[in-house]
Amino acid sequence: MIGIIDYGAGNLHSVDKAVRKLGFQTKLLTNPEDFTGINKIIFPGVGNAKKTMEIIRASKIDTKIIQSIAAGTPFLGICLGMQLLLEFSEENNADCLSIFEGKVLPFKRDVKVPHMGWNEVQQQINHPIFKGIPDKADFYFVHSFYVNPSNNKDAIGTTDYGQEFCSVIAKDNVVGVQFHPEKSADAGLTLLQNFCGNSF
Amino acid sequence: MTAKKIIPCLDVKDGKVVKGINFEGMREMGDPVAMAKAYSDNGADELVFLDISATTEGRDTMVDVVKQVAAQVNVPFTVGGGIRTVDDIARILDAGADKVGINSAAVARPELIKEAAEKFGSERIVAAVDAKLFPDGTWRVMTHGGLKDAGIDAIEWSKQLEQLGAGSLLPTSVDRDGVKDGYDLELTKAIVEAVNIPVIASGGCGNAEHIVEVFEKTNVDAALAASIFHENSVSIQEVKELCRNRGVNVSEA
Repeated sequence: MIGIIDYGAGNLHSVDKAVRKLGFQTKLLTNPEDFTGINKIIFPGVGNAKKTMEIIRASKIDTKIIQSIAAGTPFLGICLGMQLLLEFSEENNADCLSIFEGKVLPFKRDVKVPHMGWNEVQQQINHPIFKGIPDKADFYFVHSFYVNPSNNKDAIGTTDYGQEFCSVIAKDNVVGVQFHPEKSADAGLTLLQNFCGNSF
Repeated sequence: MTAKKIIPCLDVKDGKVVKGINFEGMREMGDPVAMAKAYSDNGADELVFLDISATTEGRDTMVDVVKQVAAQVNVPFTVGGGIRTVDDIARILDAGADKVGINSAAVARPELIKEAAEKFGSERIVAAVDAKLFPDGTWRVMTHGGLKDAGIDAIEWSKQLEQLGAGSLLPTSVDRDGVKDGYDLELTKAIVEAVNIPVIASGGCGNAEHIVEVFEKTNVDAALAASIFHENSVSIQEVKELCRNRGVNVSEA
């Protein structure tokens, strides 16, 4: 059973639909009790970092996320759901979940913000999440902030948008992607399949 | 940098895809869900649906169409047409659309863009600008399906839409719509240079060459086309192949 975190603000229906279309069963996680019996967790995020952290702290989902990750449950953060895995976001100065060391920073104003559209992901290492996906495949991005992990080796995929930034982050059982796999045609579905299926 | 996007546009009336010339004279083209699925399977980077139903029943049908498209299509899609209030926007986004297109309602009440951007995020708000070239050489904003002169300069209006919080702009040349003469390159260029948000060229695409041309001659982010895809005169992959051969960066999607 794939758990999809629903904190009531994000548009997670498309993630849920894409995962179910691949043949996996899903369950929406809206409070800590829902985490029982879940094998893998997806955290799709849309919205503001500070506000979202307040919501998941109030519902105690934040503790559940940290515990599940520590227990080894495979975890995929998408977009804001990736950014919240860092220590701190400069989007309204939010303290985040501190799964990865590093910060979330805004794009500088010499590029169009939000970074919106299809862009290449350069795979820095062979990682199970990339199985069957060609290097430099295009994915669909919509974001104004990006993650800047302190440890370079956590950045397993990078993308160029006026500057090179980390578009895929991974450590042990946790992966975060800045793009929207559920909106990234075949490459995106392959990535979701890799996470939900046996390769991860 | 981001790839240039090819976006098929589906005008939907009472649950069917239709296409008109200069915003008038509609022809029925097919089922929106099946067409959307075929386009996304064939490399469309995004899709745009314009609901041109005039009735409440037609609008309700559109919400059902949006739900079905969301279930079957895995590229982003925008839904516009007839959106007047924040509640209208919520209804379309809840049904599964990624973005909404707002046109006349913003002309009538510009704060709608601001309220929508604050509530849903700029990236989900596409402001459509229907523009017509007037004899004095300026483009003016048109409303009511391209028929009514709003008395506003289209370039100034585009800047204002950006300031209000629109995440991208969809300027359509009313003079070119459905005429297949090519995009209005001057209008497109003027708007791209006036704002710092993504711009989608629209209106007038008659062949693949027009798409390459708009990418070569303006710094637009995306090209929207309807007839050339609906009539199967060229496939999206063929357009992308032509773009690549001419050095235009398009996605592999």
